Amino acid sequence: MKKIYLDNNATTAIHPDVLKEMLPYFEGFYGNPSSIHTYGQETRKAIEDAREKIAKLLNAESSEIVFTSCGTESNNHAIKGAAFSLQNKGKHIITSKIEHHAVIEVCEYLSKKFGFEITYIPVDKYGIVNPEDVKKAITDKTILISIMHINNETGTIQPIEEIGKIAQERQIVFHTDAVQSVGKIQIDVKKLGVSLLSLSGHKFYAPKGVGILYVRKGLKIHSLLHGGSHEKNRRAGTENVPYIVGIAKALDISHKDMAEESKRILYLREKLEKGILDKIEYSQINGHPENRIYNTSNISFDFIEGEGLLLSLDMEGIAASTGSACTSGTLEPSHVLAAMGVSPTKSQGSIRFSLGRQNTEAEIDKLLEVLPNIVSRLRMMSPLWEDKQKGIETQFEDSKKYH
Amino acid sequence: MQYSSKVMEHFNNPRNVGEIPDADGIGNVGNPICGDIMRLYIKVKDGIIVDAKFKTFGCGAAIATSSMVTEMVKGKSIEEALNISNKAVAEALGGLPSIKMHCSVLAEEALKSALADYYKKHPK
Ligand SMILES: Cc1ncc(COP(=O)(O)O)c(C=O)c1O
Ligand code: FES
Repeated sequence: MKKIYLDNNATTAIHPDVLKEMLPYFEGFYGNPSSIHTYGQETRKAIEDAREKIAKLLNAESSEIVFTSCGTESNNHAIKGAAFSLQNKGKHIITSKIEHHAVIEVCEYLSKKFGFEITYIPVDKYGIVNPEDVKKAITDKTILISIMHINNETGTIQPIEEIGKIAQERQIVFHTDAVQSVGKIQIDVKKLGVSLLSLSGHKFYAPKGVGILYVRKGLKIHSLLHGGSHEKNRRAGTENVPYIVGIAKALDISHKDMAEESKRILYLREKLEKGILDKIEYSQINGHPENRIYNTSNISFDFIEGEGLLLSLDMEGIAASTGSACTSGTLEPSHVLAAMGVSPTKSQGSIRFSLGRQNTEAEIDKLLEVLPNIVSRLRMMSPLWEDKQKGIETQFEDSKKYH
Repeated sequence: MQYSSKVMEHFNNPRNVGEIPDADGIGNVGNPICGDIMRLYIKVKDGIIVDAKFKTFGCGAAIATSSMVTEMVKGKSIEEALNISNKAVAEALGGLPSIKMHCSVLAEEALKSALADYYKKHPK
């Protein structure tokens, strides 16, 4: 059976040219970039070339690029680093209700263990933060604003530039988790007005386990890792040379392909959404109709539960996900959809399809062929569907053992 | 998280999906945490459960345990059915991932709720 991968927001397959670029740094060039000898000089050059390439693509300076081990580390570094270095000025942080766990849980940690006060800005029904709400939440104790660029579950794009302006006016450090936007759209750190920006390689065809934190020149934040002068004292640890080479190559390719790929993928996504909404009654898109990244589709199928849908799709060789892959270990409905006012029952029946460079029109056709049958099979098993057909309200007792 | 092949088999080909229009007992139980809902119908004749059907809004494990519990109760007396535990249902399915054990609890409670409904409708 041919497999169809529609989970590119969870992770992507390494681009063959990225792999090719990396291989020499596993084989021939293994010197420690901090070493003085030729071995070290070779890998040092590879890292600094990569840094320069990345800086150009983000409209940053080389010295502003810090290599990390992943998007999660970048977020931790940005938020904890800023919080600890600025806590003498105040202990108030503004973030939103729809952040990735790698932001929310960092904020919770700072709040519980270090007494920071966190404001979680709500979103509208499309999942968008209103910059005015951010402005109103600012106090003289606010030291950091952290609002994500593109939401991983719905693809909705946040008004980062406007929030950036507010942050600059009030001279507050502004971080954005751009893990889902870098590689998909052009990022200009100056235009966004951010002081810190996180990104992660495996979302744009580099390997898992390499990320970047952009730190605006002049901003001093605490490090997470101590133990050496690497990355200009910002992140100790011998650099992961092949992965750094890989992430630079991947970003370069994604920018070269962006104009065409974004159009091609948008066409597929539109076909997918139109097909589903036409063929399957009681299905809806979650997220903003236009202000949404071109590869992501979060769709609710009423009266059924998402896991059964995913298992059934998987048996057809199709990989999708419910919300974020990181939350699949929990039972609670998505905090992102909840913040948008989607009811828990609807939220349970929502699936995220996220497209990438490998997807073809034939794959979307195949999805549209099998999905309606899967949904009706699951609805046939659903008491909610049975009651809907009868026009009655579903009644049940709460389980006694698990409260 | 990985389901056993038995769970997947029951999820794919669930036994006894449906309604019993003149059921002798109906159980309706929902888990307030995960939001899943199970509905179980039983038909009783001379103290023996002669038929059982279910409808479930829930995860793969919830559907598989519903299917299994309907298989297990058929042909059993009411007393025997009351002794079916969630562990027995999970074991019959070749085990469940630990975060999915509560799904089998839902099956046990749906069965108990159907039996309670039977007693209510057929007082001795
Ligand atoms: C928005 C967002 N932030 C952060 C992360 C974490 O990145 P990483 O997997 O590289 O740690 C992810 C993806 O997993 C994400 O989607
Ligand atoms: S997750 Fe709730 S019944 Fe399975």
